[in-house]
Amino acid sequence: MQLIWKIVRYELNNLYRSKWIILYTAFFLLISYVMFNFESDGSKAVLTLLNIVLIVIPLVSIIFGTMYLYNSREFIEMMLCQPITRRTLFYGLFMGTSIPLASGFTLGVSVPFFVFNMAGAYLSDLFILLIIGISLTFVFCAIAFLISVKYDDKSKGLGFAIVVWLFLAVIYDGLILFVIYFFQDYPLENPILVMSILNPIDLGRIFFMLNFDIAALMGYTGALFNKFFGSTSGMMISVTTLVLWFFIPALLGLKWFKKKDF
Amino acid sequence: MIRINKLVKHYGKLEVLKEVSIDFNPGTITAVVGPNGSGKTTLIKTILGLVKPTAGEVIVDGKKVNGEHLYRSKIGYMPQIARYPDNLSIEEVVRMIKDIRYSNDTDHSKLAEGFNLSKELKKPFRNLSGGTKQKVSALIAFLFNPEILILDEPTSGLDPVSSSYLKDMIIREKEKGRTIILTSHNMSDIEELSTGIAFLLEGKIRFWGPTEILRNRNGTKNLERAIATMMSGDERCN
Repeated sequence: MQLIWKIVRYELNNLYRSKWIILYTAFFLLISYVMFNFESDGSKAVLTLLNIVLIVIPLVSIIFGTMYLYNSREFIEMMLCQPITRRTLFYGLFMGTSIPLASGFTLGVSVPFFVFNMAGAYLSDLFILLIIGISLTFVFCAIAFLISVKYDDKSKGLGFAIVVWLFLAVIYDGLILFVIYFFQDYPLENPILVMSILNPIDLGRIFFMLNFDIAALMGYTGALFNKFFGSTSGMMISVTTLVLWFFIPALLGLKWFKKKDF
Repeated sequence: MIRINKLVKHYGKLEVLKEVSIDFNPGTITAVVGPNGSGKTTLIKTILGLVKPTAGEVIVDGKKVNGEHLYRSKIGYMPQIARYPDNLSIEEVVRMIKDIRYSNDTDHSKLAEGFNLSKELKKPFRNLSGGTKQKVSALIAFLFNPEILILDEPTSGLDPVSSSYLKDMIIREKEKGRTIILTSHNMSDIEELSTGIAFLLEGKIRFWGPTEILRNRNGTKNLERAIATMMSGDERCN
């Protein structure tokens, strides 16, 4: 455990100086500055931010995570020749990659929020947004690690990462609509519920909607979830599955990492 | 000492190592030579635990290596290609390695001086040349005074001053009784350094013995020619 933190500390030192992390933070600073500046209703601003977060965080996390691991290949080999276990290095690298991304996002969104003095009325909105953003960062970094441990070829891995993102962020919603349209004569609640649980981005959206009872405003799956589970158990289910979405790729990635030939 | 016993490694259908058995003894420098793709790097990486063998065993100081990690504190490894985190300085990376080896009081200034790195210690790696990174790898490999040194193409990419400093150090370590393994394509380096040669071809050891014997083999007294003859697949030399 102590060793993991030693590795994380140096990884953080490295990445907080990286221009990509600085750029990422600046991006969130800019858009949330714009949102909170021009929208006096904090809830609406957070909702708009959420829609950006649901697209941008998975994309950046999966690409950054994959690239970072490929670019660290020789460094990983060097570290593995030191007296540490592969598990220690894997956790160290994972936290060293996801913590800078998560904290860049948190800082970028929070600073304008407090600058425009939104904290009084809308603190819970911000809090939920942060939970979703941070969870998605960890989930997509875990998927990124899984991909880059699996494929030795950088261009293959990167291509696969982009396909995964495209599928979950864009194509999946279309697929759900397609199912609804073609099978409208059948009872669809259960299949649609299962489908949305299988997508971490949908889960983030559902979690947000259930918190503010605006399910009806945000599409079919949210309304279904609300009707089916009610707010509380719906929230529990969405959080639990989101946690699974993190642990399954992370642990599978670790398993492959332990077996891998470098 | 390192004993390798009937080591086999397959990558899918490709057999990279075919029942390789060899010993590396204290106080010797063994040069592992062979054409590209003959399995040299795979052999080295198996000793380090980077590659998991399909069959056979690696024994370091009497203990079988099997997913263990602590034995690696005895090993200093200098990889062929070095890359380090772009935004960290040499000093930070060296401190990190000391930190994870729990030996913060090891002093690196003398080695840094020897490799002419003292002025570069505070620079981030993204501003350093390939040769400088190579010197950092050498520094890290020698820093903890390891019993075993594994050097993969150590002198390629180094300037003559650093290269001869490194070679002097390798010889000094041998005299201290260290076990040293090195690969190189540079025959004059091998001639200068090695006490023994292990010749790998298509995953098998074709020759293993003192450098002298190989040099005198086909009467030319020339190591490069002797090795070149073997590389071109002349089976008679067995």
